[in-house]
Amino acid sequence: MKFAVVVFPGSNCDRDMYFAITDALGQKADLVWYQEADLSSYDAILLPGGFSYGDYLRSGAIASTSNVIKQIREAAEAGKPILGVCNGFQVLLEMGLLPGAMLPNKHLKFMCHYETLKVENAKTMFTNSYEEQEEIELPIAHGDGNYYCDEATYTQLKNNNQIAFTYKNNPNGSVEDIAGITNEQGTVLGMMPHPERAVDSLVGTTDGLRLFQSILTHWRDKHAIKA
Amino acid sequence: MRKVKIYITLKEGVLDPQGKAVQNSLHSLQYNNVSDVRVGKYMEVMLEESKDIESQVDKMCDELLANPVIEDYSYTIEEVV
Repeated sequence: MKFAVVVFPGSNCDRDMYFAITDALGQKADLVWYQEADLSSYDAILLPGGFSYGDYLRSGAIASTSNVIKQIREAAEAGKPILGVCNGFQVLLEMGLLPGAMLPNKHLKFMCHYETLKVENAKTMFTNSYEEQEEIELPIAHGDGNYYCDEATYTQLKNNNQIAFTYKNNPNGSVEDIAGITNEQGTVLGMMPHPERAVDSLVGTTDGLRLFQSILTHWRDKHAIKA
Repeated sequence: MRKVKIYITLKEGVLDPQGKAVQNSLHSLQYNNVSDVRVGKYMEVMLEESKDIESQVDKMCDELLANPVIEDYSYTIEEVV
């Protein structure tokens, strides 16, 4: 399976994402510069964390108008798995592929530590290696991670099983403890915690690796049926 | 040439942690009658004359300058000579 890691000016978790795929998952990945990216030959697209364009205007806002975004929309329409982590999640929100928006953390502080998450939906292509309601540990590292949506949108997220992860101890003020959501089709996942920083027991936990394994399992199942 | 002055504010009901912090600071300076503070953004955009300038500014705000999920915007257009 071949993954594209889209690199924007100011991305800084792109290499972690790359090594999560190549070293920990054992699959192919390329770092693709946003201006030169041709995403057509990739099976999945990863939008890494960081501070694209220095978080000017709003986190992810400037990146969400760049040329590569058109290709990301096309990939989403084709049903390719798209994962946005941290700033990548913010880009997905700003481009409207996922509903809602990010506000500054409730206490205005940049937070960088481990959080316990609950897997709310273990049936998605990103979460099939977890158990429903399983508690996992992943690091967070963000200043604008306070997820906001109105009540109607929340009801929709809930009814369509689009909430993938919630925080056990909400660190940032997110609506209904939301840490990660998918689109309606379940093919696009945005999350603030960093699975790519939790893929090796040497650094504490491999809870994040199972997210990438889920994508691979789903991809293999899909292609095994076709063959 | 026109100067567009754009004011972007958080929607009513959206929590504004920064505004709350500023409010607390004003209280510590003894401005005890401050009952609420909301922090927004102000932008100036210079535009060359065109016939549908207002709809263009609306579109800019909707597409990029404001995030309609959390923000409202208003603007004034001034003539610059």
